[in-house]
Amino acid sequence: MDILVLLQLIVSSSLMYAAPLIFTALGGTFSERSGVVNIGLEGIMVMGAFMSAVFNLLMFDTFGGLTPWLGLLAGGLIGVVFSLIHAVATINLRADHIVSGTVINLAAPALAVFLTKIIFDAAQTGPLARSFGRSNILGLQNIPVIGPIFFEDTSGPAYLGIFVAGIAWVVLFKTRFGLRLRSVGEHPQAAETLGINVLRFKYYGVMISGLLGGIGGAIQAQAIHNEFGILTVAGQGFIAMAAMIFGKWNPLGAMGAAVFFGFAQSLARAGSYIPIIQDIPNIWLQVLPYLLTILILVGLIGRSEAPKKLGITYIKGN
Amino acid sequence: MLTMDKERLNNLLVPIFSIILGLIFGAILMLTFGFNPITAYNAMISGVFGSPYFLGEALRAATILTFTGLGFSIAFKAGFFNIGVAGQLLVGWTASIWVALAFPDLPRLVLVTISIAAAIFAGAVWAGVAGALRAYFGTSEVIVTIMLNYTALHLMNYLILNVIGTSNTTERVGENASISLGWLTQLTAGSRLNIGIFIAMIVVALYWIFMTKTTAGFEVRAVGLNPHASTYAGMSAAKNIILSMLISGGLAGLGGAIHGLGTFGNLFTQSGLPTAGFNGIAVALLGLGNPIGIFFSSILFGVLEIGAGFLPNGADVPDEMASIVIAAIIFFVGANYIIRFFMNKLNNKKTQAVQEGE
Repeated sequence: MDILVLLQLIVSSSLMYAAPLIFTALGGTFSERSGVVNIGLEGIMVMGAFMSAVFNLLMFDTFGGLTPWLGLLAGGLIGVVFSLIHAVATINLRADHIVSGTVINLAAPALAVFLTKIIFDAAQTGPLARSFGRSNILGLQNIPVIGPIFFEDTSGPAYLGIFVAGIAWVVLFKTRFGLRLRSVGEHPQAAETLGINVLRFKYYGVMISGLLGGIGGAIQAQAIHNEFGILTVAGQGFIAMAAMIFGKWNPLGAMGAAVFFGFAQSLARAGSYIPIIQDIPNIWLQVLPYLLTILILVGLIGRSEAPKKLGITYIKGN
Repeated sequence: MLTMDKERLNNLLVPIFSIILGLIFGAILMLTFGFNPITAYNAMISGVFGSPYFLGEALRAATILTFTGLGFSIAFKAGFFNIGVAGQLLVGWTASIWVALAFPDLPRLVLVTISIAAAIFAGAVWAGVAGALRAYFGTSEVIVTIMLNYTALHLMNYLILNVIGTSNTTERVGENASISLGWLTQLTAGSRLNIGIFIAMIVVALYWIFMTKTTAGFEVRAVGLNPHASTYAGMSAAKNIILSMLISGGLAGLGGAIHGLGTFGNLFTQSGLPTAGFNGIAVALLGLGNPIGIFFSSILFGVLEIGAGFLPNGADVPDEMASIVIAAIIFFVGANYIIRFFMNKLNNKKTQAVQEGE
């Protein structure tokens, strides 16, 4: 196989699998920066995937080619709604963050399939009306050598994700909003003393995670699976959380880690076309992303930079 | 003494209110979509309790949940969130079938014992890895056990296709590895209820004795309540983390063995993680970590799980409704602050009224 074609294949399939992870990992970053652990991202992705699939099928006649992009908003919106359950439970009702996240993860697949059965009379939606497909990025594909490898026939949502990661970094580290959000996760008492409404900022963090997680799920359904079913998300939300930790709760780091995990996942699917890789038994490629995550976490010992008050419920006056 | 009794009562009221609120939430959801909740709940209850077969199946499901629930619970007591019970159950299931198929000619007692032992060992190792990483490297057990879940799933599918079997299912284990009991099967009209239910009861008792009557159990609880104080008191946090995770995974692996040798008698490739793992977390939370509470929670969820099968035909409701109710119940258990808040208000009013009366 031509080396250029080979590189193009690796890059584009890595980006395709990375796109949902980028958005969801960014979402996790916002939630955890505000001090709320959100392992419910998996469930939020499921709801986003479901909603976007329904939107895609029902609204294609109205919106045509724009449908999958608008489907992202539909998925993000339901993600926000679902994240509110987590917000109320953890912020107001003082539930354990992991317990509440587990509830979301139990509820979301059941509810999504329940609704799918009501709407479509089947446990899956069937093929969507219009998936993302592959696109060229802003004319950049005309750059010699680099263009065809990185920007031709590739994943549009992934580049949107990289762009959003840049914005997220600016918001988190260069704006007043970001400073306040981080202060709430680091030292809520101090933040409260300075007149910051701690609970409200925690809500913002969780809701942004819902928006981005829902978008991540919508990409998973519309760019990778091209339908919604119980297996559409299957663990991607957890991988995204790992990407967030690997990226040290920094949007750019999380994005980079997500791309890396996308690469690891694409090997399991596209590896059979790649010389050398194709000789490795498939089982190793399948478990690679998971084992890598564990190794990376072990390697991060002592250098981990989690927000100080992560997972601890803030009770006013305590 | 009085306050202790009151606290006990409150502790019992939280799960009861959670169950009621969860069922009400399910009813509201069904009403929203134009279903009749009374027909639905009635279909579930009469379906399960109307025939010995389905009652047997519900108890069979409850058996597995008891193991995964106790497994989750002991780690939780020590301060660890073992989301990996699903994966530990899978490796236990795999190990039990592998051993049972490898030595088909051993006498039944021996074969069943070593198959179950292999399952407990496999589950314990799978969870022990997460425990050791947490103890020595401070690695989040939540993420590690989640990753090990998917690793277990892929590994199991690979082993079925390439090592233990050659297609999507392995052969069935022989009579010598079966843990079904003739009279129990007959009593429940041919259900897959097996000796596992009695093992579950024994394990419930052992778990209670371990946690309340032994030094090791005390240490596990102490480390969970306050790791710093217990380290100061000379207990090894690392040892207790690993011990509780080993027991946790061993129990989940035991559940896998009961699934393998009792429920299915073979092993087959799966596309997702078994629900028994996550519902085990649910029963542990609903049972508030009390082994007897976990046993009864398991029976409730076993009934819901088997009853779900009656929803589509009996009430035209998709069977996912049962899982939604389970999630809602756990939501209220987790957010029990709201239940306690209202109970306290009620109690305060009562005491106020009494005082005013005086």
